[in-house]
Amino acid sequence: MRKITTRLLPVLLLLFCFSQAQAKTLVYCSEGSPEGFNPVFYTAGTTFDATSRNVFEGLTHFITGTTKLEPGMAESWEVSADGKTYTFKLRKGVKFHSAPNFKPTRDMNADDVIFTFERQWKKENPYFAISGGSYEYFNGMSMPDLLDSIEKVDDYTVRFHLKRSEAPMLANLGMDFAVIQSAEYADVMMKAGTPEKFDQWPVGTGPFVFEGYKKDAQIRYIAFKDYWKGKAPIDKLVFSITPDASVRYAKLKAGECQVMPYPNPADLAAMKADPKINLLQQEGLNVGYLAYNTVVKPFDDVRVRKALNHAMNKQAIIDTVFQGAGKVAKNPIPPTIWSYNDAIVDDAYDPALAKKLLAEAGFPNGFEMKIWAMPVQRPYNPNARRMAEVIQEDWSKVGVKVEIVSYEWGEYLKRSKDKDRDGAVLLGWTGDNGDPDNFLAVLLGCDGVGGSNRAQFCNQDFEALIQKAKVVSDVQERTKLYEQAQVVFKEQAPWATIAHSVVYVPVTKNVVNFKIDPLGGHVFYGVDLK
Amino acid sequence: MFGFLLKRVSVIIPTFIGVTLLTFALIRLIPGDPVELMAGERGVDPVRHARLLAEMGLDQPLLVQYWHYLTGIFHGDLGISVVTREPVIREFFTLFPATLELSFCAIVIAIVVGLPAGIIAAVRRGKVTDYTVMGMSLTGYSMPIFWWGLLLILLFSVTLGWTPVSGRISATYWVDEATGFMLIDSLLSDEPGAFLSTLHHLILPAFVLATIPLAVIARMTRSAMLEVLREDYVLVARAKGLAMPLVVCVHALRNALIPVITVIGLQVGVLMAGAILTETIFSWPGVGKWLLDSIRRRDYPSVQGGILLVSCIVIFVNLTVDIFYGVVNPRIRHQR
Repeated sequence: MRKITTRLLPVLLLLFCFSQAQAKTLVYCSEGSPEGFNPVFYTAGTTFDATSRNVFEGLTHFITGTTKLEPGMAESWEVSADGKTYTFKLRKGVKFHSAPNFKPTRDMNADDVIFTFERQWKKENPYFAISGGSYEYFNGMSMPDLLDSIEKVDDYTVRFHLKRSEAPMLANLGMDFAVIQSAEYADVMMKAGTPEKFDQWPVGTGPFVFEGYKKDAQIRYIAFKDYWKGKAPIDKLVFSITPDASVRYAKLKAGECQVMPYPNPADLAAMKADPKINLLQQEGLNVGYLAYNTVVKPFDDVRVRKALNHAMNKQAIIDTVFQGAGKVAKNPIPPTIWSYNDAIVDDAYDPALAKKLLAEAGFPNGFEMKIWAMPVQRPYNPNARRMAEVIQEDWSKVGVKVEIVSYEWGEYLKRSKDKDRDGAVLLGWTGDNGDPDNFLAVLLGCDGVGGSNRAQFCNQDFEALIQKAKVVSDVQERTKLYEQAQVVFKEQAPWATIAHSVVYVPVTKNVVNFKIDPLGGHVFYGVDLK
Repeated sequence: MFGFLLKRVSVIIPTFIGVTLLTFALIRLIPGDPVELMAGERGVDPVRHARLLAEMGLDQPLLVQYWHYLTGIFHGDLGISVVTREPVIREFFTLFPATLELSFCAIVIAIVVGLPAGIIAAVRRGKVTDYTVMGMSLTGYSMPIFWWGLLLILLFSVTLGWTPVSGRISATYWVDEATGFMLIDSLLSDEPGAFLSTLHHLILPAFVLATIPLAVIARMTRSAMLEVLREDYVLVARAKGLAMPLVVCVHALRNALIPVITVIGLQVGVLMAGAILTETIFSWPGVGKWLLDSIRRRDYPSVQGGILLVSCIVIFVNLTVDIFYGVVNPRIRHQR
């Protein structure tokens, strides 16, 4: 008996090692639990990582690691001359995943595209009210105001008719709310009397098939063998939910996971020095700013706004608040977005010039004002209180006395919208779709006054440029318009543009081909383990 | 005995109403509403904001909201989470076995280590052992859990590599949930090594969570033992020639245990509070971490329902301890 055991043991061990080597499992220490498994209801990146970015795909697709678009479920498209009609030719032979209660019998086609949008748009759709029926992003991107009709030309051709020309439409269709979902799966679940299961067990066309979720602990996926671009190099993908950044780092060091998001800025130096870790980095698609209230005295005077900008030492903020994990911002859009105007010269730190401008504006001895500091940490502002203190010190040198105020986050967001708000507000923005319109129109357009436009800035020259850029479909022409808009912005100075953060993703040395997504996602197709 | 039981149970009713009122009021006292928080920097237009608040029933007067909440409780309906849109009661009971498993192991560690430590300290009063045990228990009692947990992770998981950093089981295992208790489920599963992995993952968080109850139990046992050891019957037992270990373990401990049992009962509440921090540090998927997330997101139904259920459990455990106390100590149940 002992002889048999001694002979069998090495064989078993070999078999065990072989099976381990065969299945490549990548463990990603994610920062939180997804809110659910259908991305149409949510706006959080954590949910998108677990769903739209790895399980589903949209008509258009952002090339991983860039904000450039490529064909996704649509093989090609045509835009009419007036920019109001988009015709998409769908890709043939795209398979949907299977689920415990569902086996797809057909490939993805026009019915799925129409179902995806009508579910979020039309009240008469049987799925409209299922699972709460709250489509935050679809509504937030004003899709109901934009869409006129969606027409099925044939099984593989879909036509979108818009009420007005909207140049960022293609980028919008690459966003997470617009991922294509299976109409067949929806029908099967409805007939079974369990339509809510459609939203609980995701069935997409993407590179990873959802295998199961243990609440607040783990999400598991396997590589989709029939994926139209070819099977992913890894076999299994596990999201190990680890909310604490220090613990994520400890797990990475212990080899319990291979990729982690959102490291603590304080750990970056140790990560850089760690021989087991590759610290990937890229400039984030975000901007942190201080918005003056341009309709309230003394900030209605451009000289005052310019003076305050010249009195701010931005490099000191980058060094103390971002601990190096940021870059001084001179424009309201980050350099990773096309049409970024690099020719613009930033308002240099010059207290003497600031004093002169203040004197010209009638404030030779300065004035008193408030700075609103956010109570939360964001990539574009890791410590708003500290940032406000640095600005407070800078501005005291030109006679401006600052009182720092803060509110609970929900209150802060609400009160900072008020048109007669007192003082300047620290806030920021992370891009949704890599289109300049998503920054300039949302944050500085006249429609945003009293809402997302915290500077209450409504300049006719600026507005004309961004409105024109919205309806022109030629990218070259749009680029020129946005570059001019940035010139107007710099002259008018409704904000002090402060920083673009640098995004870091530490991965273990055996991880290859992981690319940081400028849109903030974590995409695992193409990633391999050495 | 019946009168004693009735008296104890009747105290629960006002406590229960108090808990419902407190949970309802406290979460609403925190400024900000769930819609604003969900929308974040993107914002939401006032019409949609009002519609979403109405859908959640938050546009109604507070008294009406409280009434709906109360009637819901009596129908066994604690509402739907505003974030995940899942029934609160289902979310709670999906996660509760993880907390129960962790707390149970923690209290076992606390009793198994704390009780003997307290006895030894009492027997060796004024000696080095006494000072060591008391010094360590005071340190343990004063230690902030989040710091202590991270310190132990750094030492045992990162530096020494003895224990895993976090989670309930290694990511290589996928154990089907039969009971929700990973120790049992991993034993039932056919995956070799799953049970050991579960045990391996449980040690550190259970020890961290056990730290404060352990310190309290050790200190309480010591002082109760010291009092009992001064009693005449202990002296008589010694005079009769009984061995010291026998006197301590059989005669003294039984009487000293009465206050210790009460303290153990009270520690259940402490464990639940400690679980919030321990679960966050060790990414332990239990109700503590879930409650903290719900508070951050102003998920009113989850916070109200979750705290109510935890309170009910604490109330139930304390009632059981009270009854048990009455059984072992007749003086208590005959008190007027």
